[in-house]
Amino acid sequence: MAEKVILEYLNSNGKIEDSGVFSASVGLDHKEIVNTIRSLSGFQLVAAEDIKKENWVLSKEGESYCELGSPEFQVFLAVPPGPEGISLLELKKKCGPELFKIGSSAAIKNKWIQIGKEKVLRKAEDVSDQLKELLLKIKDGLDVEQTDITNLKRRKLIELKTWIGYSVSKGAQFALERKKLVTDLTRGHLQSGDWENLEFKEYNVNAKVTLDGGHLHPLLKVREQFRNIFIEMGFEEMPTNNYVESSFWNFDSLFQPQQHPARDSHDTFFLNEPSATQSLPEDYVEKVKSIHESGGYGSKGYGYDWKREEANKNVLRTHTTAVSARMLYQLAQGPFTPKRYFSIDRVFRNEAVDRTHLAEFHQIEGVVCDRGLTLGDLMGVLRDFFERLGMKNLRFKPTYNPYTEPSMEIYSYHEGFKKWVEVGNSGMFRPEMLRPMGLPEDVTCIAWGLSLERPTMILYGIDNIRDLFGPKVDIALIKRNPICRLGINY
Amino acid sequence: MEYGLELDDVTTEKAIIRKEKHLDGVEDDESTEDEDVLYKIEVPANRYDLLCIEGLARALPIFLGLDEIPTYTLSNIPKESMLKMYVKKETSVIRPFIVCAVLRGITFDEARYKSFIDLQDKLHQNICRRRTLVAIGTHDLDTLQGPFTYEALSPEEINFVPLKQEKSFRADELMELYKSDMKLKFLHIIEDSPVYPVIYDSNRTVLSLPPIINGARSAITLRTKNVFIECTATDLTKAKIVLNTMVSMFSVYCERKFEVEPVEVICSDAQSCIYPYLSSFDMEVPLAKITGRIGVSLDASQVTSLLTKMQLHGEEISSGEESIIRVSLPPTRSDVLEACDVAEDVAIAYGFNNIPRTQPVLSTQGRQQPLTQLGNLIRLEIASAGFTEVLTWILCSNEENFSMLNRKDDKTSVTVANPRSSDFEATRTSLMSGLLKTVRENNHHPKPIKIFEMGDVVLLDDTKDVGAKNSRKVAALYCNQSSGYEEINGLVQKIMQIVDVPWIEDPQVGDNNGYLIAASKEKETEDTAFLPGRQASIILNGKQVGTLGIVHPKVLGNFDINFPCSYMEMDVECFL
Repeated sequence: MAEKVILEYLNSNGKIEDSGVFSASVGLDHKEIVNTIRSLSGFQLVAAEDIKKENWVLSKEGESYCELGSPEFQVFLAVPPGPEGISLLELKKKCGPELFKIGSSAAIKNKWIQIGKEKVLRKAEDVSDQLKELLLKIKDGLDVEQTDITNLKRRKLIELKTWIGYSVSKGAQFALERKKLVTDLTRGHLQSGDWENLEFKEYNVNAKVTLDGGHLHPLLKVREQFRNIFIEMGFEEMPTNNYVESSFWNFDSLFQPQQHPARDSHDTFFLNEPSATQSLPEDYVEKVKSIHESGGYGSKGYGYDWKREEANKNVLRTHTTAVSARMLYQLAQGPFTPKRYFSIDRVFRNEAVDRTHLAEFHQIEGVVCDRGLTLGDLMGVLRDFFERLGMKNLRFKPTYNPYTEPSMEIYSYHEGFKKWVEVGNSGMFRPEMLRPMGLPEDVTCIAWGLSLERPTMILYGIDNIRDLFGPKVDIALIKRNPICRLGINY
Repeated sequence: MEYGLELDDVTTEKAIIRKEKHLDGVEDDESTEDEDVLYKIEVPANRYDLLCIEGLARALPIFLGLDEIPTYTLSNIPKESMLKMYVKKETSVIRPFIVCAVLRGITFDEARYKSFIDLQDKLHQNICRRRTLVAIGTHDLDTLQGPFTYEALSPEEINFVPLKQEKSFRADELMELYKSDMKLKFLHIIEDSPVYPVIYDSNRTVLSLPPIINGARSAITLRTKNVFIECTATDLTKAKIVLNTMVSMFSVYCERKFEVEPVEVICSDAQSCIYPYLSSFDMEVPLAKITGRIGVSLDASQVTSLLTKMQLHGEEISSGEESIIRVSLPPTRSDVLEACDVAEDVAIAYGFNNIPRTQPVLSTQGRQQPLTQLGNLIRLEIASAGFTEVLTWILCSNEENFSMLNRKDDKTSVTVANPRSSDFEATRTSLMSGLLKTVRENNHHPKPIKIFEMGDVVLLDDTKDVGAKNSRKVAALYCNQSSGYEEINGLVQKIMQIVDVPWIEDPQVGDNNGYLIAASKEKETEDTAFLPGRQASIILNGKQVGTLGIVHPKVLGNFDINFPCSYMEMDVECFL
């Protein structure tokens, strides 16, 4: 209704100067007119400009005086004419204490009444209620003097109110009729050619949308980036798909003595089935036995009775270095060629589990094998490797590993934690490990390892490993996990 | 940090107590003033000489060049006046070795005494492998009368008053008494032996019942002046190391500093040895082996001065191109076995972080395992087909491998001998329980749930050296209001398509090359994990490589899943 009136008026008159005046002239509620103008303006059918006016309007108190008369007038009326008058107590009762308080003093000031010792008497015979007249003027929107305004404002009988209206002219898309809005483009629109005349309903570009699709696992995405880094650096992946390993390859070949605490049932999963290995390379076993018992190649050895049964015991491998040992042994069987090896696969520890430790996790391992490699080379390789992970500031700390010497813990300065954080372990394989395999004396092996889970947890801010790995991981988390940028910009 | 020691935590005793009482964060201002600061230090596992304050206080000033390397000596007494320990033949069946030494004129105070006991505890925990390899007994020599005998007797024959007791016990009664004491975890070492090891003096006073307890008579006190130390062992090398550690550390408090009185140990075959063996072990190391391993150029004099910081005495015995350094290893440095250990000490003294970081030059090529590469390509395709990848554990319970899947234990699984809990009883023989557990833990997730996993299962295999092998599998699961069998079937077909294996339309015609999905014909051959009649085998080139079907409602029940699921699992290695 209002829409039609406005559009037709504009069509014939070109402009509505004041929506307030217009609404009065067409006899429609101003609110309705305003809402219609806003809506039409949104579609550019009309162009609207704000008109703001400030008006004095009566407060609730002002309204009541307008109807019943000013307080002083009411008090005056309550006093009966004639010499009898009224007692003060009775007048108070008649007017009520509130009205009496406000009205009596003004009535006295205006010399309308006189309060004596016993009686209250009228002093004037006929009075005019000027306050009421003033209020009526304001109500009708007539001009009043500034002093009166100030006075009324002080008495809180009037309030300032902002009135908003519009001046309206034809808009860029002016038409006598608004077009119907569509929500979506359909095949029908394309076929009919309608799309040219369509007006689209406003669209929420920020609506959250969930796409259904398949996703890769966060930990394996990180694993892939590590794999890429190794391959870019010229490393060859080792075949690590053998979780069951003999103690011989897992410990003895690495020159880890048989009484070493890591070989305790508190740390290692031993097996019922298959409990022991069926075969080992016998001539190599002899060499390993003798290096443990009495040394050789310039080493004192550990000086204890090496037991074959201990070496035969099967375990779930405690580190992928067991595979490295097999690879290096294999390498030693032919003419020597330099190698860079890597692997990322599962290892098993029979240790207490907590928020950051599980009985199985992924070990990342790198091995470089060549003639005359040095500790400085190891640090250089580690610098290159960790730089690709965004860790540019490395420090090394001496440590002890049974099968590397020297051994170094790797520390990186973590900008977020503001401290040095251990990021891996490294070292040079002992000659007691390499020589019995048959590697030449001048061949050295540098190696390092770290877990895949720890850097991933730091990367994604996960503090419970079960939120990353295992059946308790939230599928929704896998779906919203971002791509892994490790190694992309370094 | 430079010395390879890690200052773990600087804290105070009260702070530790506060932590233990979970009062952390509650400020306690008045009490902080007079607390002693504790330094928690992590010591490399092979440096037994740094396990006590005496060793640390000796090593650090030497490292910093403030002190000189001590020389440990044996007191010069004739063999006939040495204390003697006679070893009886019977000990060979239970605990064959014993080594001894005496510290004369020692002065204890409370701190020293505490450290003395503390070092024994640490060694017992550490190199002694909870007393199985070595057990240390220390005695007030003035309460005893040599010569001593080391014997092995049946428990009923041994009677003595043990430490912290007032009356005499028979050894077998004593074992019963200690069984209730959870702190004594060494009983098992000798408990089942017909004879127990025991040490007597010439008056038949029991010194100790190793590795269980010492006698009360010879107990060490703050007033003890002369200490008799015996180490009984099943590993002689370790016993010597332990004895050397004890005497080298505490001879510092002897009247004659760093001097130890030897004891002659005479075996049943009259063979005699004198302990401790304190002379240093000389190792000749070519300079090139040290500098070449580290990657720095140092001359012999620089190397020897670095060695001095590490308590190793070095001397160049042949100069020039083939410079050789003779390194004397003190009795405290049993960890040095080979030239590389010397190189490490030089590197530590030089400072790891001062070594130039170099880039080795070797020509190698990056290469992937074919199985990983193929697996990754298949994983990507499965994810593209709308399945989300999960990653579950290799370790599982026996139930999860078989009974919970409604399958019979066919004894194909690798089983763990020492699991901490049932979660680690076995390694998985299929990926099924991992995926079902994932659905169970994600029951809040809107349906359908479409997940997959690629990973290894472990199976017994006699053809492998260790008797078991990994086998790479891929599995997928669909869970919704209805079974979605066709989704899983579609995925199998999709995988076959991407690995380029044709579908055999009619198995009766032509050769077997290609795959087919065959319903089981007989009930007996059906997989009981699936609903009967709602399952099929995946046959590749005439061989079964996988199965698919609607998961049996009983199995769903076992995993607390109340939505139907379809599942497929197949071999990956067959596509290589």
